[in-house]
Amino acid sequence: MTLVLIGLNHKTAPVELREKLAALAPEPAAAYQYLRELQAVQEALLYATCNRVEILFASPDPETAIPQVRQFLIAQGGEADVQAMQQALYVYREAEAVSHLFQVACGLDSMVMGEPQVLGQIKAAYRQGTEQQATGPLLNRLLHKTFSVAKKVRSETGIGGLAVSVSYAAVELARKIFGSLTDKTGLLIGAGEMAELAVEHLKRHGVARLIVANRTVERGLELAGRFGGEAVSLAELPEQLLRADIVISSTGAPELILTKDQVKGVMRRRKQRPLFLIDIAVPRDLDPAINDLDNVYLYNIDDLQGVIQANLHHRQAEAVKAQRIIDVETQKFLQWRETLAVTPTIVALVDKARQICQSELKKTLPQLGPLTPEQQKSLEVLAESIALKLLHDPFLYLKRNHHPKRRSQDIDLTRRLFNLDPDRSEDLR
Amino acid sequence: MWLLYLALASYGVATLIWLGYVWFQKESYYLAGSRTIALGWLCHTLALLVQTLTQGFFPVGSFGAALSLFSWALITTFLILNWRYPVKVLGAMVIPMAAMLLSGSLILPRPQELPAILQSFWLSFHIAAALLGNATFALAFLGGILYLIQERQIKSKKFGFFYRRLPSLETLDALNYYCINIGFVLLTLGIISGSLYAQYTLGTFWQWDPKETMTLMAWLLYAGLLHERLVKGWRGRRAALLAIAGFVVLMVTFVGADFWHRSYHRFDTFGRLP
Repeated sequence: MTLVLIGLNHKTAPVELREKLAALAPEPAAAYQYLRELQAVQEALLYATCNRVEILFASPDPETAIPQVRQFLIAQGGEADVQAMQQALYVYREAEAVSHLFQVACGLDSMVMGEPQVLGQIKAAYRQGTEQQATGPLLNRLLHKTFSVAKKVRSETGIGGLAVSVSYAAVELARKIFGSLTDKTGLLIGAGEMAELAVEHLKRHGVARLIVANRTVERGLELAGRFGGEAVSLAELPEQLLRADIVISSTGAPELILTKDQVKGVMRRRKQRPLFLIDIAVPRDLDPAINDLDNVYLYNIDDLQGVIQANLHHRQAEAVKAQRIIDVETQKFLQWRETLAVTPTIVALVDKARQICQSELKKTLPQLGPLTPEQQKSLEVLAESIALKLLHDPFLYLKRNHHPKRRSQDIDLTRRLFNLDPDRSEDLR
Repeated sequence: MWLLYLALASYGVATLIWLGYVWFQKESYYLAGSRTIALGWLCHTLALLVQTLTQGFFPVGSFGAALSLFSWALITTFLILNWRYPVKVLGAMVIPMAAMLLSGSLILPRPQELPAILQSFWLSFHIAAALLGNATFALAFLGGILYLIQERQIKSKKFGFFYRRLPSLETLDALNYYCINIGFVLLTLGIISGSLYAQYTLGTFWQWDPKETMTLMAWLLYAGLLHERLVKGWRGRRAALLAIAGFVVLMVTFVGADFWHRSYHRFDTFGRLP
């Protein structure tokens, strides 16, 4: 059984492609239906977060399964994007797949390192997966491990604090500019993971109104609905800037969305009411020169992180620490899976020994003449204990902590020695 | 004049407590400071009342007396502000300023008798309005300095000692707006009452006395700021800078006129009319 992870994220694909795949997630029944019908896929999990869509599956025959699942994902993109989709998809196997899943869940793979929302999204996706009965023992175990690793990383490193501190700093700064936020309006341009987080924070601190300006109005409507705001299109931006006080911009646009001159005009019409702009997009949405204007305060994500100085240096160190935890946990998981393979071998061996005992006793007992039940019982015990004593050392050998690769060879040898897979022994001859 | 010394002592202690509040950010310091300053104000008020009753008029006959009055006006406006619109850290600047003014007043010579012609309601109204106006502008000035410090920190994205301790920009800007509005009304009343009184006693509304000219300059400055604020939204840094500039002009007027020999607004030659 091989673990495989196929998907794309913000590093490999533009928003347009990610969106097309993300459309799978709200109604996953059809996708799971398709995955279940694939012979080569035994367990599967589909999850989509704002910046990635990935399918994790366990397959006894990965060489067949990988092209099938890839093809399924590429087909979602439509004909126009086949080429782009092919380039955007990555395939991870085994240790890489496990490690990648851990990274995603810990927020190490996110645009804003350590953001906590992604974990919730994976948990929700896993719940859907179990409802669809698409996951099995292997993925169940892996996902539970993932959640505990994420928890461990969060509690043992400062990585979780980073994202929280960024939006905390945003709110703190807004407070230092505006005092109370209760009569202020927040404007969200674009709708990324981090923007949602910051908006959640603003909302909790009592921002009165919320406007979401997004390129696709549907997504804007969805987000606006979640936070009780209104959705507008990007074309209305200059007008909306008249109403907003705190602006969080996080679009995936390659060019600037607001220039200094535009904001200057807006400020004149606002009668210089202060404007707090937060640019968390990479590349930047807002012209850095905007900060030169009076009563306008422009912060990008690095500035916000600078607010909590310690974090700046902290960041890399914490990521390294988190990665170390992930590496260790990946190894632990793979080792666990190996024992998963040892256990059935041992069970099969014990079964075989018992069967031999039973059949030999059946032959011998009639020849011994009348026996008391006690005598018969002790004969049975004798036979079984000889068989199991003989197997005891091989069991110990198998269970010993060998290198994973060596162990799978050992298991393979054991199964052949004792002929535990009769149908396979034929091609051995 | 033990009451004035008691007032000065209270201001001194309040200054220390308030600096402690800025440093440690403990609400208990603020409460203790507020009580001390209220006690000091009470003593100061009583002392001024006693002086007024014994001399029969406002104690304004010398520069020292004017300083004491100004110090009292400063604490009075601060207490009113602190009650209606508390900007807590402001105390750490206002109170030492008042304490310095009061100690200056105690060092300088005692007030003289005022000629009967000046002992009128209109003159006391003129002085009270002008001094309270000055005090209100002083608050706007100090608020302006705080605004510039805080704005600098937020703009440059370097957060130092003051970032946590200073209030929000909007609070400081609103302080500027309130103080300049009220100060402007008081200053206008001061100018009008003084002008009417001059017409009544000296036979002319306006003499282009140095103090009059300088005050008019400050008045125009504040008028311009208020107008532009309403029309174009001059606020924030610009309003803070203008509040600082206006107050500097006022202080030059307040102090400078005393060294300007031709001025009939000199405190220590108050009795001698032109």
